[in-house]
Amino acid sequence: MVRVELPFHLRKLASLDREVSIDVAGAVTQRAIIDALEARYPMLRGTIRDYSTDKRRPFLRFFACEEDISFLQLDAPLPDAVASGAEPFMIVGALSGG
Amino acid sequence: MSGVRVLVGTRKGAFILTSDGKRDKWEVSEPLFGGWQFYHLKASPVDPNRIYASQQNDWFGQTMQRSNDGGKTWETVGNKFLYEGVPGTHQWYDGTPHPWEFKRVWHLEPSLTDPDTVYAGVEDAAIFKSTDGGQNWLELSGLRGHNTGSQWAPGAGGLCLHTILLDPKNHSRLYVAISSAGAFRSDDGGKTWKPITRGLHSKYIPDPNAEVGHCVHRIAFHPSKPDTLFMQKHWDVMRSDNAGDLWTKVSGNLVTDFGFVIDVHAHEPETVYIVPIKSDAEHYPLDGKLQVFRSRTGGNEWEPLTKGLPQSNCYVNVLREAMDVDSLDKCGVYFGTTGGQVYLSADAGDSWKTIVHDLPPVISVEVQTL
Repeated sequence: MVRVELPFHLRKLASLDREVSIDVAGAVTQRAIIDALEARYPMLRGTIRDYSTDKRRPFLRFFACEEDISFLQLDAPLPDAVASGAEPFMIVGALSGG
Repeated sequence: MSGVRVLVGTRKGAFILTSDGKRDKWEVSEPLFGGWQFYHLKASPVDPNRIYASQQNDWFGQTMQRSNDGGKTWETVGNKFLYEGVPGTHQWYDGTPHPWEFKRVWHLEPSLTDPDTVYAGVEDAAIFKSTDGGQNWLELSGLRGHNTGSQWAPGAGGLCLHTILLDPKNHSRLYVAISSAGAFRSDDGGKTWKPITRGLHSKYIPDPNAEVGHCVHRIAFHPSKPDTLFMQKHWDVMRSDNAGDLWTKVSGNLVTDFGFVIDVHAHEPETVYIVPIKSDAEHYPLDGKLQVFRSRTGGNEWEPLTKGLPQSNCYVNVLREAMDVDSLDKCGVYFGTTGGQVYLSADAGDSWKTIVHDLPPVISVEVQTL
């Protein structure tokens, strides 16, 4: 099971607690995690990546194992600690102030 | 008629305001989806409990909500707005070609006959249609594919399709307005479109006969006279009596005719409301006085309506989607401001009161007479 941490608004949208555990088939990559997340929670479709380009939304970043992994290739394997569930895959929204 | 429900879209959530037919006492809901922008919410005229809502923010993009119980509960519906075919380019602010990119839904227009059919006006400008209650959306691509499409350029708010009108007497006829491409009409259910801009003059367009490029802010009609259109253009209040084939200026005695909203009295097709704004460089009322102007003559002769509205130190704006009317015996007129106030006149504009005054900036106001 992969653990995924979602930002406030996506948790609210999907009626979830802070963290969700999901089964990811095959290699654990960014694409595979988001595919599994969207399959289980269809209301999240289009909110993390753009429909037409598949690109991560510009105000979001992905973190794991205290590293910013946003710029890894979508199909690059993620660290074993993420694949095993020891560490969460974190989807983080940009801060905004005012 | 037992009551009124007002659907308010704001920068930080949606709100539902409810009252009985007297419109004296109001209940204001908690924020719905707090923190998200709501550009528009609108209910089906066939099933008033079916409400569609455009939910969006810069982090997570566009999502869509639907309620089947008058806003008590909501479900997320389809948010896949993909342009048909290769999107091509429109004109960017600097005149260079720019790819069409979907950004958000500005306007929702439920069908007059089927609660599962709804149209969406989006940025970058296009019209989409769903026939399954908002689950799936298909572009009516004849609009964006019009031979002027590559010349369309955004206004300061983006290249947004913000107005959709469905002709109640001719179900094949639709109108749309786009900032700042202009206005278009379809007479075949949205397959093909033609610009309806003859008679519009915009100082920043060198060609006096330009078909596109006019910054139309809003169009309204009375359902009993759908060939008579009223338009608030960037500057100028306009009128057409032939379904947009020719427009004439009806700003008349207005001191300023810049503004965003325009709407028509529920029972008097020649009574029109606007909220003039000082200028396109200063988006607030003239002299700090919030005034609605009413014409009972279909334009040209305008009277200021000020009773109950702030007449000093008022520097809010009223955005294009933020005015509507109810259809009670004495027509109610409602508008929301960027200062978070929602005002109501229960006597067709003669006097005003605040329903709620500290909401987030109001983007849209839609009224249901129940």
